[in-house]
Amino acid sequence: MTSSTAKPHRSLPWQAPFTLLMFGFMYLPILVLAFYSFNKSPYSAGWKGFTWTWYGKFFRDSAILAALRDSLIVAVFAVTIAAVVGTLMAVGLARYQFPGKGLYRGISYLPLIIPDIAIAVATLVFLAAVAIPLSGGLVQLSLGTIIAAHVVFCLAYVALVVSTRLANLNPHLEEAALDLGATPTQAFIQVLLPELMPAILSGCLLAFVLSMDDFLIASFTAGGGAKTLPMEIFSRIRTGVKPDINALSVVLILASGLAFIAAEYIRYRSEQKRLR
Amino acid sequence: MAGNSPLLPCRTEPTKLATFPKWLEPLVMLGPAGLWLGLLLVAPTLIIFQLSLVPGIRPGQVVNPSGLDNYLLIFQPIYLQVVGRSLFFAIGTTILCLLMGFPVAYWIAVMAPKRWQNLLLMGFVLPLWTSSLLRSYAWITILRPTGVVNSLLTSVGLPPLDLLNREPAVLIGMSYSLLPYMVLILYASLEKLDKRLLEAAADLGASPSQTFWKVTVPQTLPGIAAGSLLVLITSLGDFVNPELLGGASSMTVARLVYNQFLGATQNWGFGSALSMILILVVSIAIALLIKYGDKNASL
Repeated sequence: MTSSTAKPHRSLPWQAPFTLLMFGFMYLPILVLAFYSFNKSPYSAGWKGFTWTWYGKFFRDSAILAALRDSLIVAVFAVTIAAVVGTLMAVGLARYQFPGKGLYRGISYLPLIIPDIAIAVATLVFLAAVAIPLSGGLVQLSLGTIIAAHVVFCLAYVALVVSTRLANLNPHLEEAALDLGATPTQAFIQVLLPELMPAILSGCLLAFVLSMDDFLIASFTAGGGAKTLPMEIFSRIRTGVKPDINALSVVLILASGLAFIAAEYIRYRSEQKRLR
Repeated sequence: MAGNSPLLPCRTEPTKLATFPKWLEPLVMLGPAGLWLGLLLVAPTLIIFQLSLVPGIRPGQVVNPSGLDNYLLIFQPIYLQVVGRSLFFAIGTTILCLLMGFPVAYWIAVMAPKRWQNLLLMGFVLPLWTSSLLRSYAWITILRPTGVVNSLLTSVGLPPLDLLNREPAVLIGMSYSLLPYMVLILYASLEKLDKRLLEAAADLGASPSQTFWKVTVPQTLPGIAAGSLLVLITSLGDFVNPELLGGASSMTVARLVYNQFLGATQNWGFGSALSMILILVVSIAIALLIKYGDKNASL
C-alpha cells in the first residue's frame, strides 16, 4: 500500500458533516421553542419582535404552578423512597445468594423495559379492583398513588446505576472494615455508603427527571384531584400551539439541562477520585 | 483502589452490638423492594392477566365470560390494522435510527479526537433530558401547516407539505426521541472496535465499503442488535408521539390501550389483553437479546 497514513476513515469524509447535521436535528426543536418563546406574535411562524409576555403569563398561571408543585412533590417523595429501597436492593442482590434470585433481579429490571402504558394500565386496574376495595376506601387515587407507582420505576433506575458501581468496587473494602471490628451496619454506613454515594446521586437525578417527565403512569393513577405538570401540559398542547407553553418549555429545558450537567459532574468527580 | 485507612476516619470502639439473626439482614435489604415490586408490579400484572381472560367492561362487571374473547378481538380487521401500523412505526423508526445513528456513533467513536469523544456524546444525548411531551410539541410547531418547515418552503416558492397528523410526523417524532439511545449503544460497541483491524483491512486493499461490511458491521453486530431491539420495543409502546403528532388516523396499540381506560371506548378487559400482549412481546424480545446479545453492549 501507499503509506501508513492512508487510514481507513480518511476515505469516508462525509461522516463529519452528517454528524453536524444530526446535531442540528437534535437541537432544532429546542431552538425553535426558544425562538418562539420570545416572539411577539403567538401564531405566526415569522419573527414579529421580542417580548417577555409569554414568560410573564406562564409565571402567573396558577394552574401551571399548581401542577409544577404536584410534580415536584411526587418526584421528591418517589425518588427519596427509591433511593433508600433501590440502594438496599442493589447491595442485597450483590451480597446474598438465595433461591429465586434470578427471578427477583429480572422482576426488578422489568420497569426499565415494559412500556409505560402497560405499567400504567396494570397499576390502575390493581388499585381500582384490589387496593381501593380491600382497604375500605383508605387508599384513594391521589398524589399518594402516583408516588407509589413512580417508586417502582425510580427504584429500578437507582438500582441499575448503583449495581454498576458495585460491580466496579473493591469487594475487600467491606471485609477489611469487618475484620477491623466494625459491625455490618457500621461497615455499610461508614465504608460502603460513601463509596456508593456518587452512583446513588446520579441514579436519583435520572429517576427525578424521569418522574418529572412521566405522563402516562401519572394520568392513570392520579384520579380526580391530582394533576402533575406533564398532565397539565398534555391537556393544553393537544388542542394546538400555545405560546406560553413555549416559555414553559424553555424554563424546563434549562432546568433539565442543569440537572444533566450536575449528573455528569458528579460522575466525572467520582471517576477522577477513583483514578487517583 | 488506594488506601483503605482514610475511609475509616471515625471508627468507633469495636464493640459488638447484639448479633442479629442471619436471615434478618437480607430481609431488611431485599424485603422493602420485593414488597414494593410485588404489590405494584407483579400483582397488577397478574390482575390484568386475569381481567384479560374474563371479559368485563370493568372489574366485577362480567359481560361475556368465555376465556380468550379479548385476545380473539384483536384479529378483527380494524384492530389488525392498528397492530400493523404499530409495527410499521416501530420498524420504520428502528431503520431510521440505525441509518442516522450509525454514522454519528462511528464518527464520534472512531474519527473524532479522543479527548472530545465524551463531550460530543454528552452533547448529543442532552436533549434526551428534556420533557418528552415538549419535544413532541416542538415538532408540532415545526411541522404544522403554518409551521417552520412550511414557512421556509413557501418563502422559496415551493408548495407546502402536509406533514402533521400523518405517518411522517410520527416517524420523525419517534426517531427524534430514540436516536440518542441508538447512538449511545452503538458508540459503546464501536468504541471497543479494534481500529487496527480497519487499518489492516485498508492496507490489504479492501475498499471502504468492503471494510465496513466485512469488518465494522460484524464486529459491532451485538451493539447493532441491542440498539435496534431497544428502539423497536420502545417505539412499539410509545404513546406520546403517535397521539400528539399522528392525528386521528395514526391509531396505534398504545393509543388503543389508552382509549380502553381513559378514552371514549371503555373496555378494561380488551385493554388488559392488549397490555398483556405488549408485555409478552417485549419480554420475548429482551429474553432473545440476553440469550444472543452482547451483555456489555446492552448496558
